[in-house]
Amino acid sequence: MDHVLSWMVFLPVAGMAVILCLPSRAHALIKQTALVFTLPPLLLGINLFLAFDREAEGFQYMVRAPWIASYNIDYFVGVDGISISMVLLTVLLCPICVLASWGIDKGVKGYFALFLLLDAGMTGVFVALDFFLFYIFWEVMLLPMYFLIGVWGGPRREYAAIKFFLYTLAGSVLMLIAMLYLYFSNEPHTFDMVRLMAQSATYGTEPVIWGLGAQHLLWLALFIGFAIKIPAFPFHTWLPDAHVEAPTAISVILAGVLLKMGTYGILRINYGMLPIATADFAFWLLAALGTWNIIYGALCAMAQTDLKKLVAYSSISHMGYVMLGMAAFTPQGINGAVLQMFNHGTVTAMLFLLVGVIYDRAHHREIAGFGGLAGIMPVYTGITALAFFAAMGLPGLSAFISEVLVLLGAWQKFPGLTIVAASAVVLTAGYMLWTMQRVYLGPPNEKYVGLPEINAREMVTLAPLAVIVVVLGVYPHAVLDLINASLLKLNDTVLGAVAGAVALR
Amino acid sequence: MDLGTYESIAYAYPELLLMGVATLIFLVDPFVRAKDGLGSLALFACALALVASIGLRVPGTDTWLVQGLFGWGEGWIFSRMVIVDDFAVFFKVIFCLAAFATVWMSLGSDEVRRSSEGEYYGLLLAATVGMFYMASAANLLMAYLGLEFVSLTSYVLTGYLRHNRRSGEAALKYTIYGGVASGTMIYGMSWLYGMTGSLDYMQINAALLAGRGEPLTIFIALVLILSGFGYKIAAVPFHMWAPDVYHGAPIPVAAFLSVGSKAAGFAVLMRLFYPGLSEAVEGGDWRFLAGVEWPQLMLVVCMATMTLGNLAALGQQNLKRLLAYSSIAHAGYTLMGFVVLNDEGLRAMLFYLVTYYLMNIGAFLVVMVVANSTGREDIEGFRGLAWRGGAVPAVAMAIFLFSLAGLPPLAGFIGKFYLFAAVVKEHFYLLALVGLANSVVALYYYARVVRTMFLDMPLGDEGVVVLDSHNAFLLYFLVLPTIVLGVYWAPVIDLAGRSARFFLG
Repeated sequence: MDHVLSWMVFLPVAGMAVILCLPSRAHALIKQTALVFTLPPLLLGINLFLAFDREAEGFQYMVRAPWIASYNIDYFVGVDGISISMVLLTVLLCPICVLASWGIDKGVKGYFALFLLLDAGMTGVFVALDFFLFYIFWEVMLLPMYFLIGVWGGPRREYAAIKFFLYTLAGSVLMLIAMLYLYFSNEPHTFDMVRLMAQSATYGTEPVIWGLGAQHLLWLALFIGFAIKIPAFPFHTWLPDAHVEAPTAISVILAGVLLKMGTYGILRINYGMLPIATADFAFWLLAALGTWNIIYGALCAMAQTDLKKLVAYSSISHMGYVMLGMAAFTPQGINGAVLQMFNHGTVTAMLFLLVGVIYDRAHHREIAGFGGLAGIMPVYTGITALAFFAAMGLPGLSAFISEVLVLLGAWQKFPGLTIVAASAVVLTAGYMLWTMQRVYLGPPNEKYVGLPEINAREMVTLAPLAVIVVVLGVYPHAVLDLINASLLKLNDTVLGAVAGAVALR
Repeated sequence: MDLGTYESIAYAYPELLLMGVATLIFLVDPFVRAKDGLGSLALFACALALVASIGLRVPGTDTWLVQGLFGWGEGWIFSRMVIVDDFAVFFKVIFCLAAFATVWMSLGSDEVRRSSEGEYYGLLLAATVGMFYMASAANLLMAYLGLEFVSLTSYVLTGYLRHNRRSGEAALKYTIYGGVASGTMIYGMSWLYGMTGSLDYMQINAALLAGRGEPLTIFIALVLILSGFGYKIAAVPFHMWAPDVYHGAPIPVAAFLSVGSKAAGFAVLMRLFYPGLSEAVEGGDWRFLAGVEWPQLMLVVCMATMTLGNLAALGQQNLKRLLAYSSIAHAGYTLMGFVVLNDEGLRAMLFYLVTYYLMNIGAFLVVMVVANSTGREDIEGFRGLAWRGGAVPAVAMAIFLFSLAGLPPLAGFIGKFYLFAAVVKEHFYLLALVGLANSVVALYYYARVVRTMFLDMPLGDEGVVVLDSHNAFLLYFLVLPTIVLGVYWAPVIDLAGRSARFFLG
């Protein structure tokens, strides 16, 4: 049980190795193998969920082994409340995505091998506690993602894939400089995140250039890297392209897990290691930008004619709540932010899966091309309604809780922004309901009268998510209990550092 | 240690062995019909020279079957003309490996084998010996002789495809360019001799530190000398020959020039500018002569080299030209370790040259495999390579190119990581930013090749690519360490660290 995190990271790698040894014609066998290697991490994750010590605010299940001793690089993993929610989300979505990819028939071996590598990279990012290891996992995801979008994607896949690749790499090279700076500013030099956080007071704040201290410059370098992943305006333009072109399962991973890495990175690294800069930049670069994301994403979503692009822009909007919530430094705000990360992961995954279902049948995603699907596919429409209402933040469903927490938390610090963000709920309801009406209600489109109802495999992918959405809507403490202790400590770190700095002045 | 001619022979047997076999090949070439036999002989000589350099030890004991040169002893041999130290041995190992791979490639290259000449292999071995002396020269005269020896043999090797006009043109261009560069260089050396009264590095160093020579005069002499060295490593502004020469030369020769010749240029550059012209101070740092600002100059050269190389590579259609510009850019990256003036930078350079050897020869090898089967070297010739039987070379090429781009978990990333670490440690932030921006630009053209191989589908008229077992062996020999060094590189970096130390007398 000590090495549970390592198992979760490296089982998919083992799966990839097995798949590479299978004959490339054995499609069914490859798919089953992929499923066999993504299910154990899920079971381990459930076990972790049950066994996790909810009172502890520090890291648990830590494993440390020297990797490159001469440079103080360790293999160092562990989870706290922030990362465990993301790890659970990852291990949950991966088998679902394997099932959702069952229809892939081109280059099956390559697809599932790359998918498992992606899986390992994602889990690794959330459990890594050595900055170097974190960076490696962060970058390891790029290659599979490039190929998964580029080879198995839609008509403009090449453009979307290279755009995603270049954007993310540009962000992560800035992270590399910041990482090296942090490494050299500690004696003895270290990449150990726990120690880097413990010494957060030592990173200078005296102005170096343009009135910004070293800590602020580091913060900005890291923030740009993470903002590209979130994606925050104006770094968001890769997202609609990547989403529209990516195959369904990859869209699910992209929206469900990859976007969270941006906000996770800010919480783990910017908040933990650079608290004073965090406090200084929180209003403009997190709260205000987050609010702008909410409004901008919602307005863009409203203008879309492609169903998948609409969901993509709604992701930008919803990630704005995360930024707003964590900028407030109130218990409700930061808890709401992480809960929103988890909820958005499940809800958006459902939305993309649902779009995939209809795309598989109709081979297009034009909103205007449908109509009256409710009469043709009633079960499908029912689940879609659930997902849509969840995305709107209807009370009783999971996203409601997290958005309310975010708004409650933000209200205490930024009432003006909160009013704007809260009114954006109307916009969200607007585009969601309008889409609902155009696609599902009204007279049935003659062309699609014979469309088959949602099948068992698709139901299996959607049902667990639907259950989670409903359960967390009435009992959010299942997740809140996990994350609360660590987040309060993180909050106190930032507030404490700021208080200390003020006292010094 | 300062040995005379006869005692020195014990330390020079790798060189003697290579030269002996080269002479043997020239002698028997007219009488031997099977030129592949001569190639195999050359291959054997490279392997023996490699063993002679590293040594052969009974596993688990200290008993040497063949005494290796690493750590055996250091000092002057051949009456202070040549130095034996770990730095030289490290480079000798790289040269042996490069020669080995080149001979192996040549044996599998249709264009080389078609011309059926034995002396080709003799010339390759002779060039390798020249490189050995470039890395171990203790005297300006010896450095010049080594450099000219490499150049002269390279001119012949470049023009080896007698019926190919491009090859002849490349050889002529190379010769004229090389002649001018080495003429300028020897003129600069004569200035240095005039000021210090010696050709011996240590005596030059002592005289300069004692204050002989005007700073400006010394600076001009160094600029003149740099034109010769810069031409060997293909640094801006002495890079213009590279694309044409690589394009015209037989592919194995292009690979050899881009790796072996470049590494030799770096070796002679490092040895003259560090122990020859600078002073070692505490903590592994080096101090340059007061008033002689060559590190500033090299900083500009370094940034210009990588930027120009990368920008020029963006538009290339021929893969050999693309790799030529990429090799210019990599000379720029490697120079990052040169300008920071400490042992950490030197170590990073040595390590980078090892990773560069693997990935660059590998990339040329794939180009050769495709050219063997289809006769094409342009990027379009790689269209859909992965989907028309060339999956193994395509995957290998992707690995080499992404490693060149510096993506983890591949060897190229680790190499770049150490270079950037050295740069950030010495607070060269502008250089770090330029280097990182270049990495992003470089990804674009490397990914373009990958895109053509994987994302574009074959049109059907490209021809089938066959990978024979001879080339496959070398391919695996290069791919495996490219991946392994990306995950575990401690032994190599430790060796590089031990070797980044000069014999100072």
